[in-house]
Amino acid sequence: MAKIRKDEPRETPEMSTSSLPDIIFMFLFFFMMITTMKEVTYKVVIRPPQATELTKLENKSLVRYVYIGKPTKEWQKTFGSETRIQLGDAFADVSQLEDFIVTERSSMKEEDQNLMTVSIKADKDTRMGIVTDVKQALRRAYALRINYAAVQKTNNQ
Amino acid sequence: MGKQRKVPKLNSSSMADISFILLIFFLVTTSMDSNKGLQRRLPQPLPPDQKPEDIDIKKRNIFVVKVNSMNQLLVQGEIMNDVSQLKDKAKEFIKNEANDPSLPEKSVQYIDYLGEVETTKAHVISLQNDVDTQYQTYIEVQNELIAAYNELRNEFAQSRFGRKYEELPVELQKSIQKVYPQNISEAEPKNYGGN
Repeated sequence: MAKIRKDEPRETPEMSTSSLPDIIFMFLFFFMMITTMKEVTYKVVIRPPQATELTKLENKSLVRYVYIGKPTKEWQKTFGSETRIQLGDAFADVSQLEDFIVTERSSMKEEDQNLMTVSIKADKDTRMGIVTDVKQALRRAYALRINYAAVQKTNNQ
Repeated sequence: MGKQRKVPKLNSSSMADISFILLIFFLVTTSMDSNKGLQRRLPQPLPPDQKPEDIDIKKRNIFVVKVNSMNQLLVQGEIMNDVSQLKDKAKEFIKNEANDPSLPEKSVQYIDYLGEVETTKAHVISLQNDVDTQYQTYIEVQNELIAAYNELRNEFAQSRFGRKYEELPVELQKSIQKVYPQNISEAEPKNYGGN
């Protein structure tokens, strides 16, 4: 006969937390996978333009970046508020771009050199003059695969 | 013989804390910006002593898109107020469905996997922008043109294979690219009036 004991006080069983580290580790690995360490500290303000026909940049080791935008607040004192180019961690001039590409390319593996992609990250309010200058410099440096960085267009307009 | 010693159990309750710290570190440093953009190819550089020559292209084969410093569009000599119309206009031009004599000429071409296809491979989309054109507008125009090509390729893939272009194997994609090759040419920037 089954006994029905009602008066006995019930205890909530203690939850085992031994799997907590595993769960956290799973999160951790997820974030480690998707993390892209910031390539550089931006010295220029970049609000990317919007577009719909985007392709993802593959193989990050083959991508070099050219940033175009107005200097951030703390740099405006020294560099003014005109649109500037940033290569790596420093401000640069269009004339330095060719050398930059050539040095970057020579540091790559030989079989990868002609797969190099240059991603132009420009602010959406940039005037085309400077972008065209950059494009011409890239042409001269034989960096012909380029990519205009943009973000997916949202349909709220 | 000595007694076999027991290995003391390691207290792993702090493991969660350690991994939490790591987790938070990666959460903070993660910048979710995926590197996406419009993929383009620049033309080969000209030798320094050579002047850009005027390549003779028949007028019917050129689709001229001009953007001025006020971000206004001039497409084939007509003012276009809305960028979103550009895609359909470009599609109509590239496809030339009715074999219109004012639209690019068609030629029959043999393409692997597809056989003989009528293409308008001689067409050129000429994009000219002003020095003061806004980058956002430029990207929008480029985007519309690329969208036109993508839609045409997709339509072709749907009618031939009943599948989307992206779902097709790479060889077929390459063949369809030959049917609708991306011929976007960009001229040197000029000052077209307006400051």
